[in-house]
Amino acid sequence: MTILAVPEAPSAAEPEPAARRPVRPRRKLVLHLAVVALMIIWVTPTLGLLVSSFRPQSVLSKSGWWTAFAPPYHFTLENYQGVLEQSGIGQAFINSLFIAIPATVIPLFVAAFAAYAFSWMEFWGRDVLFVVVVGLLVVPLQTTLIPVLKAFADWGLTGQFLAVWLAHTGYGLPFAVYLLRNFMGSLPRSVFESASLDGANHVVSFFRIAVPMSVPAFAALAIFQFLFVWNDLLVALIYIGLSNSDNLPMTAAMANLVNSLGGGWYLLGAAAFLSMILPLAVFFGLQRYFVRGIVGGAVKG
Amino acid sequence: MGSQLITAVMVVVGVPAVLIAYIWGTERLISLAPEQWRRRVRPWLWIGPALGFLGFFLVYPTIRTIIRSLYGKSELKPKFVGLDNFRWFFTNADARGALLDNVLWLVFLTLFTVGIGLLVAVLVDRVRYEAWAKSIIFLPLAISMVAAGVIWKFMYDYKPPGVAQTGTLNAAIGTVGLGPIGWLQSPAFRVSTFALIAIMVWMWTGFAMIIISAALKGIDPELLEAARVDGANEWQVFRKVTFPLLGPTLAVVSTTMIITSLKTFDIVYTLTNGNYDTDVIANLMIKQMFTFGDFGRASAVAVVLLLAIVPIMAFNIRQFRAQESVR
Amino acid sequence: MKPWLRGLVPLAVVALAATACGGDSSGDDTDLKGKTVTVIGTWGGDEQKAFLEMVKPWEQQTGATVKYTGTRDINTILTTGVASGVLPDLAGLPGPGQMVEYANAGKLLPLDDVLDLPTYQSDTAPALVELGKVEGKVHGVFIKAAVKGLMWYSPKLHDYASTPPATWTDLLSQATANQGAAQATWCLGIESGAASGWPATDWIEDLVLRTAGPDAYAQWYQGKIKWSDPAIKNAFQMYANDVVAKTYGGARTAVSTNFEAAGDPLFAAKPGCVFLHQASFITGLGGFKDKKAGTDYNFFPFPDINPQYAGAVEGAGDLFGMFHDTPAAKSLMKYLVTADAQNIWVKIGGALSANKKATGYPDDISKRSAEILANAKVFAFDASDLMPSAMNDAFWRGMVALTNGSKSVDQTLADLDAAQKDAYTS
Repeated sequence: MTILAVPEAPSAAEPEPAARRPVRPRRKLVLHLAVVALMIIWVTPTLGLLVSSFRPQSVLSKSGWWTAFAPPYHFTLENYQGVLEQSGIGQAFINSLFIAIPATVIPLFVAAFAAYAFSWMEFWGRDVLFVVVVGLLVVPLQTTLIPVLKAFADWGLTGQFLAVWLAHTGYGLPFAVYLLRNFMGSLPRSVFESASLDGANHVVSFFRIAVPMSVPAFAALAIFQFLFVWNDLLVALIYIGLSNSDNLPMTAAMANLVNSLGGGWYLLGAAAFLSMILPLAVFFGLQRYFVRGIVGGAVKG
Repeated sequence: MGSQLITAVMVVVGVPAVLIAYIWGTERLISLAPEQWRRRVRPWLWIGPALGFLGFFLVYPTIRTIIRSLYGKSELKPKFVGLDNFRWFFTNADARGALLDNVLWLVFLTLFTVGIGLLVAVLVDRVRYEAWAKSIIFLPLAISMVAAGVIWKFMYDYKPPGVAQTGTLNAAIGTVGLGPIGWLQSPAFRVSTFALIAIMVWMWTGFAMIIISAALKGIDPELLEAARVDGANEWQVFRKVTFPLLGPTLAVVSTTMIITSLKTFDIVYTLTNGNYDTDVIANLMIKQMFTFGDFGRASAVAVVLLLAIVPIMAFNIRQFRAQESVR
Repeated sequence: MKPWLRGLVPLAVVALAATACGGDSSGDDTDLKGKTVTVIGTWGGDEQKAFLEMVKPWEQQTGATVKYTGTRDINTILTTGVASGVLPDLAGLPGPGQMVEYANAGKLLPLDDVLDLPTYQSDTAPALVELGKVEGKVHGVFIKAAVKGLMWYSPKLHDYASTPPATWTDLLSQATANQGAAQATWCLGIESGAASGWPATDWIEDLVLRTAGPDAYAQWYQGKIKWSDPAIKNAFQMYANDVVAKTYGGARTAVSTNFEAAGDPLFAAKPGCVFLHQASFITGLGGFKDKKAGTDYNFFPFPDINPQYAGAVEGAGDLFGMFHDTPAAKSLMKYLVTADAQNIWVKIGGALSANKKATGYPDDISKRSAEILANAKVFAFDASDLMPSAMNDAFWRGMVALTNGSKSVDQTLADLDAAQKDAYTS
């Protein structure tokens, strides 16, 4: 049996006729109703904020956001202007990119190798060690700040991007290894067996089989890690902010829209939507990797 | 900025390159040794980098935390107090209330995020606007915690009866004649705790959905067809074929959500500060650590959290062993 | 040139040189060119803009730059920083308690040689100078101040400017007499996210100060008298019976309304209340922001209750300190407390200065507030800020439970006594 080639580039999730049984019209209606109802419930809070972000502060505490659709119309761009005029927002956006991209790429690779080893190599203590790695998910980030910061200070890393790249890798690894190992481990053993019969060692199996077949998992992991790093404030504030305010990401600039007493909170809605654009773009971009057929029916049970 | 860009590009390209070279290089190296020896050493080389990161960023601080939990408050003159901090935690009325709340979080956050996530993943698999539906459910996860706080303040806002309601929920129930409720200010029946849990469900269901959906796509359509051909209806197909195959993935998502529920604190801290019977353990820990400056007690709470996940980890081990025997 | 004129030239040169060099001992300003000072503070939004405005003249004069980072997690940042040794040059301090802690840890540096001490001490309200001292040395300066416990009202409902109530009973009776269309006596909103409950603690502090006196007040925040002591219990009962019972929308509204928006019913067509009890900084927030000082809103100070303790004023402020004594940091610190610097800050509005010589207030209302602060007969600092943070947190949460009706006065005081036993030992 030949080793699976790299899968073809997928298009939008169009169903293959063979995989779908024609659903009766009434069932279809119920299905649609259920999905649409869930969508409405989920989007309402965000919609409320979106509408509110276009309303001036004076009416925000007097009437609900749904009243904005009836006259008198008070729509305004002043909230968005306020955010964009915040000093240093442009640099902050670039800093966010500088922080998020490496902090997504590095853990992805480090976890991939570890996940493969936990899935397809036998070694003493494997299961217990893996469970300990997963258990590290529960370690509260705040308990690590002081010792890590002390070490970073000794190595002169404070205030630099490298500090948060390394930190986010460390913090993101438990989940990354967990997710990737689950996915890789559920790939069919037969594929690996026939590959090794053909003379492939683990390195080849990893690059030629495991990685291509695990693309949906990599995509999911990339989305989550990017998102968590993009929205992170505390790690950046501690490892960068204490020494060098120039490298702070957008989350810090956004948090500073509000003064110490809470005044200016109405700007946060506009800020949230501006900040959301990039992660959503990443999500849409990686969506196409969640397609049936990539794995070619790998999960055979 | 130019030099920063160069560094960033170097890192994004360089680190993967170095890792790949490391794996390839070590494979060449150990090919000099007998197969037996290779098989013992190779796994440790592959998990080495991960263990390095985890050891420094998570294990080392945790060991310090465990040790610190046995000492008193003062940082300048630490005093060994044995299990005093733990005694404080288990006899404190506030802590007991927080434990109860954590149980509610654990049960309901996990149940709803995984349940709804599964439901959505299965349903949208069959509609053409799947990408849109998924994006809408995913959207809340892309919103930072700060913005989520603002959004839900709008949702739960309260104005006295007789005045125009500004909160979406109170306005909605107002249309059917029910009086405005202070959603975040009601300790009765733990309404406020559930209100907070609802926020987290809203944010995290997308997380569960994406992972479950990715696994769903990996199920061989031939298996499903075979079941249908045998006369099973959709629900039976789901119960007998799909659901069992999703078992490991559901375990991963559930475990992650359970741990998330134990660590939740910022939504509680920013919206209610634990008032109205909403307090959770992680909030107590953060407050002890940074507001009251008592690292001894904070460390004790962290250790309690570590112990709390032991049963979950035991379950996970059993899962793997079962999975291995089937593979 | 005439001979005598020629003789004046060297004199002129010397005179110019003397003025250019300045007259103080902190060294030549040009030494600081290109240096940076890192500052971390809680100020964001308009406060951040105001702070950056304030340091601009200093930056222009010295050629150094200020790098400011704002955060609301100042406790987390500084606790981590002090424990790990990574700190900014200057920082806002969360409170007097933390100031003492950081000073004892050796990280917060004394400012006696940094400030122009005689000028500082004569220009600043004495109580605020004292509060910034640790073991006799100044470690923190109040870079911003506020007066608490002002009674805000709308002159359109009734104008109290000419005859403000002089006593508490007077105030209550006038409130009922002049209620008019208003629905209740008080506007109260204690919601404030992680700090919910603090406006209620301000109420209790004002009541304790005026019924039990400044000595009892001091013993109270030092943990030397119990919360269930009759003097303190009295204040709690007054709060429950005279304030919460008579507040707009009842207890439910009080706990659900954010303190910023709490005063909005003052301006409604059908007024919700007669008075709002709040600090001087409310003028920059909520409904007050786009209303006109004097015509739409005005205030009078909290009236006396026990004539023995007349003239008491409660105040608060933002503390500021120095962690590294680089020349640039010292120069900036010295500049920040001067009247010139403080004037920039106060002109923008919404804040008071601890410096008596900073008089550039934008309107009559802030001027009056500043005068109350400067001329207070008996000045008391916000008690909850002076308590250990564990006690402060318990106080906030106790007030929330009390206002909400979840706990009675006795239950609340019992909880606070238990918290007091725990919080004051260490």
